[in-house]
Order: sequence, then structure tokens, then C-alpha cells
Amino acid sequence: MTTVLDSLNTGLHQAFAADEHVYLLGEDVLDPYGGAFKVTRGLSSAYPGRVFTTPISEAGMVGIAAGMSLRGLRPVVEIMFGDFLALAADQIINHVAKFRWMYNDQVRVPMLIRTPMGGRRGYGPTHSQTLEKFFLGLPGLQILAPCSLALSGPANSLESLPPGSPGEMLKKAILTSEDPILFIENKLLYLQPLLGETDLQEFEVNFLPEIDGLPFSACFTLSLKGAPPPSLTIAAYGYMAGLARQAVYQLAYEQEIFCELVIATRLSPCSIQPVLNSLQRTGKLLAVEEGTRSLGWGTEILARAAENLGPKLKGGGRVAAQEVPVPASGPLENQVLPGLSDIITAAARLNRL
Amino acid sequence: MTSDKEIPGGISDTTVTMTLFNALYRSLYLIRCFEETVLENFPKGVFFGTTHTYLGQEADAVGVLSHLKENDIVFSNHRCHGHFLAYGGDPRALFGELMGRATGVCGGRGGSQHLQWRNFYSNGVLGGSVPAATGMALAEKLKGNPSLVVTFLGDGTLGEGVVYESLNMAALWKAPILYVVENNHIAQTTPIELAVAGSPSGRFSAFGLPVTELDTSDVLEISTAAKTILSEIRQTHAPQALILNTCRFGPHSKGDDTRPPERLANLRAERDPLTIHGSRLSPVERAEIESLVNQHIEAAFQQAMQDPFPTYDLENGA
Repeated sequence: MTTVLDSLNTGLHQAFAADEHVYLLGEDVLDPYGGAFKVTRGLSSAYPGRVFTTPISEAGMVGIAAGMSLRGLRPVVEIMFGDFLALAADQIINHVAKFRWMYNDQVRVPMLIRTPMGGRRGYGPTHSQTLEKFFLGLPGLQILAPCSLALSGPANSLESLPPGSPGEMLKKAILTSEDPILFIENKLLYLQPLLGETDLQEFEVNFLPEIDGLPFSACFTLSLKGAPPPSLTIAAYGYMAGLARQAVYQLAYEQEIFCELVIATRLSPCSIQPVLNSLQRTGKLLAVEEGTRSLGWGTEILARAAENLGPKLKGGGRVAAQEVPVPASGPLENQVLPGLSDIITAAARLNRL
Repeated sequence: MTSDKEIPGGISDTTVTMTLFNALYRSLYLIRCFEETVLENFPKGVFFGTTHTYLGQEADAVGVLSHLKENDIVFSNHRCHGHFLAYGGDPRALFGELMGRATGVCGGRGGSQHLQWRNFYSNGVLGGSVPAATGMALAEKLKGNPSLVVTFLGDGTLGEGVVYESLNMAALWKAPILYVVENNHIAQTTPIELAVAGSPSGRFSAFGLPVTELDTSDVLEISTAAKTILSEIRQTHAPQALILNTCRFGPHSKGDDTRPPERLANLRAERDPLTIHGSRLSPVERAEIESLVNQHIEAAFQQAMQDPFPTYDLENGA
């Protein structure tokens, strides 16, 4: 079994092997520890001169990577917990994302910041957040988020990186982007198996490697094979995409509600076209995310759907976290964060409209 | 930058062969003349936004950058006009940038504080540019290039935490960079006594960086110190700091100087880099240089005034 973690680790190793300009900076990334979530495992042994274990200095390491990228290297920064992105917010907003445009296109900033986000591990309010919403819509920054799907597979060999898989996304972003990328990895995805079409035989899986010619805009759409025409579109990303897939299955078999699932892997800039295509068939949209409800990704997806469809949009809803910090206590955390039953309930309600 | 690496920037447009003294004076006067033109014309509404002039600090940029080599890198801050001109930047492009013209250093996108040309960069968020400058030095070293980085910060920026994160990593990883602190003893309106505890130099020595501190407005003194320090960095590939106690004659930006006029008059009388270095030239030489620079700056200003404004391509977002 290949996990999302294996896939990401392989992606990093292959990026390092492919281009000597790739460097890594992060806290506790040296072997034998290999990073808090082990995504960087083995890199410091294989490429000792290209892996820098840093002091606990998130702003400093992001800024240093920005300088390295302005001078032609391709640095990757690991922020140990996504919550700590806040410490690097000035670097990301006022430096990394600005340089290329502010300097009149005279420079390039090929750097990637990867970080684990999300809760359900009892880490409490400052180590469980889904904070990417604060960087969504920032001009000059692309935000990507893998899910556990891959185009073909299952990928049994660590050598192969199937299209759309987390490792392939990561490798391609590191090696080919000319602009800064924020790469969001949900913590619970790490140990999930990578799922290919053979693992999802009940589903019709479509993979769009690119939307409107935009880079890193890959998208999956899923619906149950042989099902009647869908009446609802569900849009999701990251770990929530897996829950949404389960919801699609249960809604069909338990309530005869048929849905189409659109899984985005690029959150910002927003690629709405696959959602609009699905809405032409369904007319109703449920946006699902793990972050808090207000003013986030789901809000944007719904707003764009409304702008594009007008009165043809027959209903919309959001499934997201309650608007409080993420609690440490397991039962409390489960109530605050959106789960499978929340998606099913919201979808059923929307379907009745 | 010309083939003669010891001749400071800002003179590549002249075919006149100058002595080093004259060339230094020309660079000092070029910055003075540019900045006075900026302040004089600001009220006329020809510039966008705000500005932070370099009046009084000219010897810092001219002295330090007089030993720059072609592939060296400069990362400057909000008060960047003097650094840019001493680096060899074009006054017309800088006027154009301040006027928001398409011919500006960054096509009018950046304005006064956000410049990029060749190996020169500046950014207006204080302290935020320090890790980027450090990363550039590290990158050049990792690529096997002999280039070094000179980055400028002020005493006010010593309040920003990311500066110390950068110094720590620069020391740990031996980045070939010179941190130049221009201590003009005032951050916007806040005197250093109210903002900086301990000593500026102690902040660098705490990380093991060699520190040189000067209290002068004499370009030759600064140039001599910079020559030694930069050649040491080229040999050791390790970071150093240079603290220049200097004087800001003008306001932080425009008309926001809260210091008593007599204090400013004293500073101008005692610490003017043009008076100090100008005394080494004959009155005739000085007058000739000033006359040529006046014409150059006036022409640059007028050309920039005629330059077109940029337009935003709504379809392509560029």
C-alpha cells in the first residue's frame, strides 16, 4: 500500500534527483527524524548539502527561501504546522507574493512552501487549524492542496507517481513553477492509502489535468457508475474530499440522492469551470471544507457559481467548521469540525429545496 | 558598473575621466540634487505616494558601494534612492518610477520604495527584506559564485524580529553578506533612545558577526572601511556588519520632521558629506561637477515628465 505520505516523500526525492537547484529548509528535517510528519524522510541522507535544518524561525526561513529563489534556486520550505504560517505572513504577503509583479515581471520566485493543516488529532487550538483561507485570493501566490486520489493505480511502486497524485503534484510544482506556491497537506491524509481507479470501481472518475490552460489546476470529478442523473454538485478539497466521496456513496444507497463530486487541487487562483460544468447538470451546489465557514473557499465557490449561473443556481450551501478555535477534547473537536454526517445532512436538506 | 571596479556607480554615463575624489563627489552631489528635486517638486503633485529622501546620508551609499563588483547584489530599504543612484541606477528611470511612468525602474508598479534593476532590489516593509538579502547571499555561495550581498537597514529596523532570525541563520550558514546599519538616530519621529535598548553593535556581535562602527559623514572614511570589510567577506564568505552613525537632514518622508530647526541646522553645518568631501576639490572642479549634474538631473526630470503612464491589461492581468 502506498500512502499519501509515501507519495509526497517520493515526489520530494524525485524533485531533488531531477534538479540540483532544489533545496529544502525546515525545522527538524534531518534524518533520522526526517521531519515532524516524516514527509522529508531520507532527503538529508541522500542530499546532505541541500537540506538545511533551521532554527525555529518561520519568517526567517521563508524570507531566506525567497532570496534563494530570486537568485535562481528552487527552495522548498517545510512549515512544521500550518498554524505557524501566521509567523511568516509578512514574508508571504509583502515579499514572496509581491516580488514578481511589483518588480514589473523582471524577477521570478520559484519557491514552494509546504505545510500540514487540519485537526482531528487532538492537538488543540494552535496546532489543528485550516488556515489557508487567510492566503486565498492573494495575488501572486498559488495555493495547491492534494487529496488521496491518483489517476491510475493503486501505485504499488514508490518509483511511480501517477498523474494527479500528491507526489506528482508536489514534484511538478517544485520543478516547473516560476511563481511561489503554498502547498497544503491535510495531516489526516498522510496515512491514507493512495486511491486509484481500481480502488474506486463503483465510481466514474474523471481527471482534468489542466483547466483553461492554467498551471497546477488539476481537478477530479466523481459520480457513481450507472447512477441516475445527479441532482446535486458537491465541491471539496483535501481530506474533506474523502469524506465527501463517502457521502456521495451513502446518499445514493441510503437516500437515493445522486451527487457529482468535484475535487479541486488548486484553491487559489480559483478554478471554477469544473464546478460550473457540473452545475449545468445539477443546479445545486454544496461546498465542503474543514476551515471555518465565513469568508472562505466555500464562500468563493458559491459566489462564483451565483455570478455565473444567476437564477439557474437553484440552491447552495456550505459545510465547514464551527466558528470557534479547534478544541483539544476529542468529542468536542468532532462537534466543531465538519464530518461525514454533516455533509450528508446538508446535502439531503439542499436536495429537498 | 564599468570595467574599472573601483570607480563608484553613477558615473557610467559620463565620458569624462575623473579622479576618484571627483567621482565620489559627483555621486554624492547627484544624490543630493536628485533628492532636493524630489522634495521641491512633491508639492506640485507630479509624484505618487510618498518618498523617503536620503539627504545627509549620501556618503553611506557612495562610500560602501564604491567597492562593489559587477555581480554583487544590493538589497535596500524604504530610503533607497541614494542606494539606487550610487549603484549606478538611472535618475530618469527613478524619477519615472516616482511619477508612475511606464519608463520607471519597475514600470510604475513599485513606486519610490520598490525598485529592481540588475542586481539591485529594494522593499518597503522594514526588516522584511533582510532574510531575502540573506537568502540571496546563501544562494550565490551555494551556486559557487563569488558574489556578495550588501543590505541596508536603519536603526528603526532593529526593532523587527525577523532581522535577528536572519542574522542567526547568516552566521550558522556563513552567508557572504554585509549588513549596513545606517543609524541616523531617528525612526520617523522616534529618537533612538526611545526605541533601541542596549547597543546596535551588540545585536550583531551576539551572533558572532564582526562589527565595524563609524561615526562620520566622510565618504573617504566610509569607503576605506568598506573596502577592507568587503574584501574580508570575499575571502571568508561569512557575514559582517557595518554600523554607520549618520545624520538625516530631511524629514522621514515629507514635512514630518519634529526635530527643532536649530538641531537640523547644526547637523548640516557639522556633518554635511558634500561640504566634508567637497573641501578636497578645487572650487572650480566643484562648480563644474555641480553644473553638469544639475543639467543631468534637470534633463532626467523633464524627460520623465514626458514619459507615458503604464496601462493595465484587464484581459491578461498584466
